[in-house]
Amino acid sequence: MLGRLSLSAIPLDVPILVGTFIGVLIVGVAVLGLITYYGKWGYLWKEWFTSVDHKRLAVMYIVLALVALARGFADAIMMRTQLALAYAGNPGYLPPHHYDQIFSAHGTIMIFFLAMAFMTGLFNFIVPLQIGARDVAYPFLNNLSFWMTAVAFMLVNISLFIGEFSQCGWLAYPPLSEMQFSPGVGVDYYIWAIQISGVGTLLTGVNFFVTIVKMRAPGMTWLKMPVFTWTAFCSSILIMATFPVLTVAVALLGLDRYFGMHFFTNDGGGNQMLYLNLIWAWGHPEVYILVLPAFGVFSEVVPAFSGKPLFGYKTMVYATCSIMVLSFLVWVHHFFTMGAGPDVNAFFGIATMIISIPTGVKLFNWLFTMYKGRIQYHACMYWAVGFMVVFTIGGMTGVMMAIPGSDFVLHNSLFLIAHFHNVIIGGVYFGYVCGMNFWAPKVLGFKMNEAWGIRAFWFWLVGFFFAFMPLYVLGFEGMTRRINHYDNPAWHPWMLIAEVGAVLILFGVVCQLMQIFVSIRDCNKPENRDFTGDPWNGRTLEWSTSSPPPVYNYAIVPHVSSLDAFTHDKENGIDTRQAGAQYEAIHMPKNTASGISAGAFALIFGFAAVWYIWWLAAIGLVGVIATVIARSANKDIDYYIPAEEVARIENEHTRKLMAQAAE
Amino acid sequence: MAQNTTVPTAGHDEHHHENTVVFGFWVYLMTDCIIFGSLFATFAVLRNQFNGGPTPHELFEFGGLGLETALLLLSSITYGFGMIAAHKTQISQVILWLGVTFLLGLGFVGLEVREFAHMIADGAGPDRSAFLSAFFTLVSTHGLHVTCGLIWIVTLMVQLMGTTEIPERMMNKLTCLSLFWHFLDIVWICVFTYVYLASMI
Repeated sequence: MLGRLSLSAIPLDVPILVGTFIGVLIVGVAVLGLITYYGKWGYLWKEWFTSVDHKRLAVMYIVLALVALARGFADAIMMRTQLALAYAGNPGYLPPHHYDQIFSAHGTIMIFFLAMAFMTGLFNFIVPLQIGARDVAYPFLNNLSFWMTAVAFMLVNISLFIGEFSQCGWLAYPPLSEMQFSPGVGVDYYIWAIQISGVGTLLTGVNFFVTIVKMRAPGMTWLKMPVFTWTAFCSSILIMATFPVLTVAVALLGLDRYFGMHFFTNDGGGNQMLYLNLIWAWGHPEVYILVLPAFGVFSEVVPAFSGKPLFGYKTMVYATCSIMVLSFLVWVHHFFTMGAGPDVNAFFGIATMIISIPTGVKLFNWLFTMYKGRIQYHACMYWAVGFMVVFTIGGMTGVMMAIPGSDFVLHNSLFLIAHFHNVIIGGVYFGYVCGMNFWAPKVLGFKMNEAWGIRAFWFWLVGFFFAFMPLYVLGFEGMTRRINHYDNPAWHPWMLIAEVGAVLILFGVVCQLMQIFVSIRDCNKPENRDFTGDPWNGRTLEWSTSSPPPVYNYAIVPHVSSLDAFTHDKENGIDTRQAGAQYEAIHMPKNTASGISAGAFALIFGFAAVWYIWWLAAIGLVGVIATVIARSANKDIDYYIPAEEVARIENEHTRKLMAQAAE
Repeated sequence: MAQNTTVPTAGHDEHHHENTVVFGFWVYLMTDCIIFGSLFATFAVLRNQFNGGPTPHELFEFGGLGLETALLLLSSITYGFGMIAAHKTQISQVILWLGVTFLLGLGFVGLEVREFAHMIADGAGPDRSAFLSAFFTLVSTHGLHVTCGLIWIVTLMVQLMGTTEIPERMMNKLTCLSLFWHFLDIVWICVFTYVYLASMI
């Protein structure tokens, strides 16, 4: 009846998990209780959960990403603490069985649910606004994508309290992840979480690709498109080209596990290196999926706070596109040790080094944008400049590892861990946080607190160096990744320094939470409110509408005649909004519960499939299909905002603009 | 599941006359194409890993295969007739041709299931060797797509029944399904050539 599920699956014997569970329970009950007490369920349901508005979905994605950050960071600091303790005679506090789940969960959560969710949030924030569109191409699919991502994250967290998570690292390499060596439910949780969130990500990729291709404002030709939109475009292409490969790789692993097939098993003719090739054919482009939008953020932030147009717009676009293409040609550098021979390794090594050229072009473009600019050191600029320093170091260690000979020494060592945290924290995370600080006033209508933002930056920056520079040293000293205990006395001091770094980053995370809290608390103070819609003297279209924008974004779709369209209009005295023009009724999509319904059934399906509860899995699957069919039959999917209502909203904003100007 | 999802252009018709639904679905099909591409690559790697088990020469027979192929190719033509009728707003004709397409598709899936059942009964199931794992996965992924197409055909037939006109949204759905159905035909030609023919030579 319940497949593999029994009471013994609940880890009551692990005090850390019981403590966590009680903590989550208390917080959960408190949150749910408060929502009930204030009667906000209807509001949440109507205005958020069923919303197809890209701006609302953006906020939900970023909330999801921040929850994932909390979980992923808790895992990180637990690992660091374990390694600071577990030296020589001291076993530490995490047995291998538990420690292995933590590093697997850390990687999985940070990439799929922090980084990807944050990135999708930023796409949703800005891309439609930046291209002058009223929504994305497929608003319902956008909502569906969000729920697929959210339920996949729930599935990962359910594994904390019911059963276990994978112990095979964030990419679940076979043969370790095969049934023979991992008979538990951990890898199955991993598989279904990846597959369900993969559906969401793929649909997001298609959605934004079509949005950017088809829905740009009149006049916005390809080379008048803002750089962030360009990077979102290239990311979307990479998503569409590579996520299917991830789906296949993980599906084949699942077939091995569920049906005893022999794709990657030791016996039966299976081939483990096939899995590695497939997973990295996705995995390497994936890092560019993540980092390109971060580059896009800096390309918007640096000009805005330097008071100058971006230096070398076209080279920035070409660099983005060449990185997109090159990212497909480097996957073997993740396993030079496979033994593909010197020719193959040399090809992939050189291809990897070549990527540093367009990346270097970008860095110089940002530096030249700042050169002789009137730079304002806003919190966003701290993250941007910090990124340039940290990311460059990470890039250089990456080129070191791209030399096959040195990779044979450094492969799977802590040097590698230091390298990719160097580029992912310094590039992706700094970039997304920078973007959040930059665009928050647009989406929320108020600025984020700067003082706490700067504090968070310094803790993150200094903490980063303390936490990861020792790992480079440890890598050279021969310490491999994924070990939970060691006897070498030379390693211990470095591990202690890394622990200090982790604690500093903890302060950084706390400062970020404080920043969010303080910003929301003070959101009605006049100095924080953004009445103009253009708090930073922005250059692109999103700053021409009100903050937060009306549900339809633009009452009159703007016409674009040059790059940096809004700056062009401001300099030439053109009113981008065309206030007071003849407004027309606007056709908008209606909210829908189909997304959340499909998501809920997908969660049921995933959970049931993990535990072999086949009748429940059937219900889940039929539920998803039925939801989609019902949606297809639903004719009540859109509505019109009457012209008078549009005029009322727009005139209200014009009045505020006038009042602001009069002051 | 995603391929059944048709969505409205929701508010963008006034400004964008190009059809975003059909374009987006076509883009989605290209991602599906990459799924098949990866499965073909997997099959290419594992095609000689027989693990002492049966080889293609012992397993494949062209009789049933030819019939399968004929049914599927024919179903593409009948779907095309359905689209012609749809453009003329002859709804009963559309339903009729969709019905014929459904039966042909069902015949294809039935024959495939029968072939699989025979193989499994003979001890040549997907768990026998890496070659058979790759074979079953690739071919049944195609079969699963066809089955989704069948569900989709029925859905649209039901939605068409009793209507007197074909609004734009319905036309989009028919066009998307048409793309999907022809795409599966092309994939099948690759399967037939690369998996069956090339293994037999």
